[in-house]
Amino acid sequence: MTKNILNFNEISSSDHGRVGGKCASLGEMTQAGVAVPPGFAVTTDAYAAMLECHDLGAEIERHLQGVDPDDLASVDKAAQSIRQRIRSHAMPKDVEYDIRTAYAAMGDNMPVAVRSSATAEDLPDASFAGQQDTYLWVRGADAVVNHVRDCWASLYTTRAVSYREKNKIPHIDVLMSVGVQKMVKAKTAGVAMTLDPVTGDRTRIVIDASWGLGEMVVSGVVTPDNFVVEKVLEEILDRTISDKHVELVGDEAAGQAVEREITDERRTQCCLSDAEILAVARLAKRLEKQNKCPQDVEWAIDTDLPEGENLLALQSRPETIWSQKEKDKPKTSYMTGMMGIVNTLNNPFGSKT
Amino acid sequence: MDAQKSLFPSAFEVETPKGADGWKDLYPYYTHFNPNRREQDDNTFWFCNSQHWPTPFRPFDTIMLDFAIKGLGQYNTRHLLVPPANGVDYRILNGYVYFSPVAVAPEQIEGRVPQFMERAGHYFMNWGDLYANWKEKVLAKIKELDAINFTTLPDVEALDVVTGGVGLDSTNQLFDQYDKAIEMCYKIWQYHFEFLNLGYAAYLDFFGFVKEQFPSIPDQAIAKMVQGVDSELFRPDDEIKKLAKLAVELGLVQAVHTGSVDDALAAIAAAPNGDKWIAQWNAAKDPWFNFTSGNGFYSTDKYWIDHLDIPFGYLRDYIERVEAGEEIMRPTAKLLAERDRITSEYREMMDDEAQAVFDGKLGLARVVFPYVEDHNFYIEHWALGTFWRKMRELSQLLCDEGFWNNADDMFFLNRNEVRDVLWDYSSSWAIGVAKRGTDVWPAEIERRRAIHLALSKVRPLPALNNPPEVITEPFTIMLWGITSEAIERWVSSDSDDGSLRGMAAAPGIVEGVARVLSSPDQLRELQKGEILVTPVTAPSWAPVFGKIGAAVTDIGGMMSHAAIVCREYGLPAVTGTGNASSKITTGMRLRVDGNNGTVTVLD
Repeated sequence: MTKNILNFNEISSSDHGRVGGKCASLGEMTQAGVAVPPGFAVTTDAYAAMLECHDLGAEIERHLQGVDPDDLASVDKAAQSIRQRIRSHAMPKDVEYDIRTAYAAMGDNMPVAVRSSATAEDLPDASFAGQQDTYLWVRGADAVVNHVRDCWASLYTTRAVSYREKNKIPHIDVLMSVGVQKMVKAKTAGVAMTLDPVTGDRTRIVIDASWGLGEMVVSGVVTPDNFVVEKVLEEILDRTISDKHVELVGDEAAGQAVEREITDERRTQCCLSDAEILAVARLAKRLEKQNKCPQDVEWAIDTDLPEGENLLALQSRPETIWSQKEKDKPKTSYMTGMMGIVNTLNNPFGSKT
Repeated sequence: MDAQKSLFPSAFEVETPKGADGWKDLYPYYTHFNPNRREQDDNTFWFCNSQHWPTPFRPFDTIMLDFAIKGLGQYNTRHLLVPPANGVDYRILNGYVYFSPVAVAPEQIEGRVPQFMERAGHYFMNWGDLYANWKEKVLAKIKELDAINFTTLPDVEALDVVTGGVGLDSTNQLFDQYDKAIEMCYKIWQYHFEFLNLGYAAYLDFFGFVKEQFPSIPDQAIAKMVQGVDSELFRPDDEIKKLAKLAVELGLVQAVHTGSVDDALAAIAAAPNGDKWIAQWNAAKDPWFNFTSGNGFYSTDKYWIDHLDIPFGYLRDYIERVEAGEEIMRPTAKLLAERDRITSEYREMMDDEAQAVFDGKLGLARVVFPYVEDHNFYIEHWALGTFWRKMRELSQLLCDEGFWNNADDMFFLNRNEVRDVLWDYSSSWAIGVAKRGTDVWPAEIERRRAIHLALSKVRPLPALNNPPEVITEPFTIMLWGITSEAIERWVSSDSDDGSLRGMAAAPGIVEGVARVLSSPDQLRELQKGEILVTPVTAPSWAPVFGKIGAAVTDIGGMMSHAAIVCREYGLPAVTGTGNASSKITTGMRLRVDGNNGTVTVLD
């Protein structure tokens, strides 16, 4: 059965293929009781209906005929036309109706983030910053509908097209889901990794944090405060406070997020209290446990929510670099029993330099 | 390295403190740095064991040093053949003891492995039974010690000695009792080491494995996985807490606060329900108040059972806290749950194969660890407490007989001189003449007292000569926290940048006012929230850990008492700073960073 919309709290594991990685993770977190801003996924069924309705598939194929994947100019031209085609068509009535209904259910004129949620066949590193569209602080049903379509179109960026061409992935088989999520009013936001990205040390949780929305941290526009927490003992081991010159905040009137320079003392102030640092670390730890592998977590502290309940998870995905290295590591052999003790006595740890 | 350029001075170049000339005569010849063996002694690295002996010895007190060193050595060298380690050699310099672990020659290590595996393996395989047997042996010795009784020689032997044809006199009993006490002490020290190094070895094996898995894991996290929550070392403190709660429950608070201990006990006994409390007090007293406020190694140690004002002071403190609505009992269920949580969370981060190895090593470490913690109560607190009490009784008797002027002056004689005094007493009694010692010892004791006092005024050097390239002796690392790193710290501690470095022994950061204590007698001076700064702490200081903000010690390894108790109380601790207690003075504002092992003087 097709379904255009799935609320985060109704995404089951069998739906993962049609909501994409990001929404699947939000669904899982929501259902595990992790505090996540509410929202819904516009499924790949909706996208497929869009293609079907306007026979867009054929149109896309036509644009891509004869494109040389090594000739970036030709790829770029085709990709641009396709994106324009997708944006210029109206959504199928039922899809649009479903999106509007789901949006209305979130509250009156609720500011939301609209993000593409890639499925597995897409660019392997597409979830990294800036590769797919994210629209922040979107308000009003019309704007939401338009941005969902923009996200669909982002499947045809020059880079994505050329990647699929080179890897012989049929374009039409790649589908896109879009997440619509209540906008967080972030006092502070950032990223937490459940290992030390520099050393791979799994006993550490490393947190980057800055004022406002987390996109500034993710995209590297601002040098964030950095905290290192011992994962098991839940102790703050290290903190580096940076000069945070800019923040991304919602502009209600403009209906978008805007960069704002930080001029006051907050620039050099630590943007998280000790209790907040530990709360972020515990959240990351919980998500690692739930997903059974090291995680890369985006989080925010919402100014509208009461203290103690104001930490929200925005995204959690597996850490890939060190987890891969770990798999490739040669097996070590251990000495056990009396041999272990003899070995320890003959080579005590303190003597190793 | 050239002896001329030693990192630490030669023992032969260390000056005698002013007023301490002749100090060598206070200690046995085999503890001296002997000029005839200078070359050998200068080529050896010696570190001051101020963790166990933070103050200079009175002559009698070297008994504990002699017996401890002998017990430690015999198991490594003769019983178990620990492959790389024999015993620990020792010397006394200016009243402080310096240790040097004796390594086994590299070519002999391999040859000792099969015997070690068989012998140590037997202990590990039969730990439970052997430990149960150990407790029985130790309790039997304590009982024998307790039965020792010194009596004044009679003016006339009893008639039945004559009519019964005994043919011997009361002096035999006197010698026998003294020799027996010394023998018990000697045996107790051998028992002390029967399991200890094996316990440390199993712990080290686990520790090393976890460090290999997680190089950055704090030592304290590994300790937490193994530590018990119901160690008998916590019992004395727990008993006081229970008594405090009971006093509040039974409405005896006012009675407890009446005057001296005797006044208070009388007031309690007279109060309704008082008998119930008194019964519990008496039950707690023996054995749990066989608890020293030192470490059991000194004749000056004060045992709770002999100084009831000490536990009574803690009792009154606890009552105040109970009345203020505080929960004083240790949250053992919570501590146990926390231990399980920590263990399983680290375990989950390992791969399957490592998890299986972890389980094995953790299992053994937890089997042996209760001994590592509990032996301290049986030996240092209970058995040695009983020994010291008997020796004090003897000192009192000989004082009454005129050999010296103060009740505990006997401890300015060594144990062999005491036997000479018994001979003097016996023979002059038999001959019917005046004792000779009464004209000798009072003056000699005064001379020794002055020397001892002069020695006490000078802090010991942390070490002598050059350290080896790396410290590899496993028990040195475990017991004293002496690693190559620690030695570097001692060397650099002179270059003062306003902060002291030590071991990050228990996490957290606290700022507060320092209270420097050099003796347990000063514990009552501690004010709530102050930072305790001291050469070394003892388990019986536990009650004050409820009120301090942090602890800083000069000496202490990963398993030092201050570290264990601070982790338990959730207080920051920095141990093994080398010299915090001499560099810091009471009243200074400090920041103690137990995460990084630093102590900073703030003003």
